[in-house]
Amino acid sequence: MKYLMLKHYRGGPAPAVDSPPMDQWTPEEVDAHMTYMSDFAKRLVETGEFVDSQALSAEGAFVRHDGEGRPPVTDGPFAETKDLIAGWMIIDVESWDRALELAGELSAAPGAGGEPIHEWLEVRPFLTGVPGNTE
Amino acid sequence: MITDGLRELVPAVIGVLVRRGADFASAEDAVQEALIRALETWPDDPPRDPKAWLVAASWRKFLDAVRSDSSRQGRELAVDLEPPAGPVAGADDTLRLYFLCAHPTLPPASAVALTLRAVGGLTTRQIATAYLVPEATMAQRISRAKKRIEGLALDRPGDLGTVLRVLYLVFNEGYGADGTEHTDLAGEAIRIARQLAALTDDPEVAGLLALMLLHHARRATRTGPGGRLIPLAEQDRSRWDTGMIAEGVAILQAALARDRLGDYQAQAAIAALHADAPSTAETDWVQIVEWYDELLALTDSPVVRLNRAVAVGEADGARAGLAALADVDPGLPRRAAVAAHLHERAGDLARAAELYAEASRTATSVPERDHLTRETARVRQLLRP
Repeated sequence: MKYLMLKHYRGGPAPAVDSPPMDQWTPEEVDAHMTYMSDFAKRLVETGEFVDSQALSAEGAFVRHDGEGRPPVTDGPFAETKDLIAGWMIIDVESWDRALELAGELSAAPGAGGEPIHEWLEVRPFLTGVPGNTE
Repeated sequence: MITDGLRELVPAVIGVLVRRGADFASAEDAVQEALIRALETWPDDPPRDPKAWLVAASWRKFLDAVRSDSSRQGRELAVDLEPPAGPVAGADDTLRLYFLCAHPTLPPASAVALTLRAVGGLTTRQIATAYLVPEATMAQRISRAKKRIEGLALDRPGDLGTVLRVLYLVFNEGYGADGTEHTDLAGEAIRIARQLAALTDDPEVAGLLALMLLHHARRATRTGPGGRLIPLAEQDRSRWDTGMIAEGVAILQAALARDRLGDYQAQAAIAALHADAPSTAETDWVQIVEWYDELLALTDSPVVRLNRAVAVGEADGARAGLAALADVDPGLPRRAAVAAHLHERAGDLARAAELYAEASRTATSVPERDHLTRETARVRQLLRP
């Protein structure tokens, strides 16, 4: 079963720990955080559970169709949005409990002072492409 | 093409290497490497004796691995360069391979991957593509599975039940796919089940093979344009594969005649009754309900109860179906969809629309969700004045 672990720049429940934003950490603290994330991903490759991991820029825009022959309308950057996605990791695991266990570990990535940041991660099951035998 | 028969050689060649003294994990790796080489070279330069080629190439890969391992660890080379003239690997070795790959200590996803590689003769890349994970992840999953079963001798008695469950998992994973974009997992499961049926005389193996054939025969009619799900009642029965149905029915009848009923035979019997009917209305629902009762007596499961409620609804009317549904765990996926269908048949369109909407929200696959969304929309349209 595949699950998406979503990391947010903003949004989700109120932070459990009041930690300063990343650009106010020391370079060593930033390195430690990044190393934790990449070690975590490597470990999931070894356990046969890793599918994908990507980070997103905070820049970008909302876009929509505005009628035939007209250029698409954009809105953004996202200064006003309450919820801003920072990136994701996709895992393929045996159970929902295992997905929660891994998300809990990822949320313990170190931040300022080397302490776990306790950040909220959003975990969502994938809908499969296989309808299953429904007859 | 010459490579078509290649995969079928894989389990026997692993057996040969194990007979010659290789451990299962190294033998399996060596055959996989030789297999990849064969896939590259055979189309241009086909061997006269494919099996001898694969044995020789695998044995060389195995020796290379042992040599590099020995030199790395400063150990003496423990294996003779020349293969010992041991007995030839036979059907029993291949059967033990099935048991080992589907060993009950393995998580299902690992047993599936290992079975597809060592028994099915697929490459790691093909398996990774079929399950939409990176090749490195799949390679690790397989290598961990092999570590987990290390030391389990190939001669332990195996559990046929877990082998069948693994094959059915593979089949169901390929159930919705059309077999063109990715590895044809449903076809692969049928191919492996055929090999297994040739190695054993267990009626449940025949039952599973019949079940898969009877479902597979309807494959072309189960999805419409854009992967849209077409329910049994609306399928174009003239396009069902009658040859495959006949084969499934013959295999099932031979199995049932042995009077050792099991889950797969009972499920195949239900599939055969559907395959035999010219339409939903002309289906022998009474007999289908009886088979569901047999299934319940064999294994009581919420899914069987749910499917039985559908059949009761057809045999005895929607009210009876709803009464049967009262016994089914409310947390079961698809329960709301069945309830919606039965309420619609009973004339309660408002309740049906609510339940279809609920079912689409809790669907676990995209085709089901889309189908249930369309059903919600259809019933809501009927409700408009």
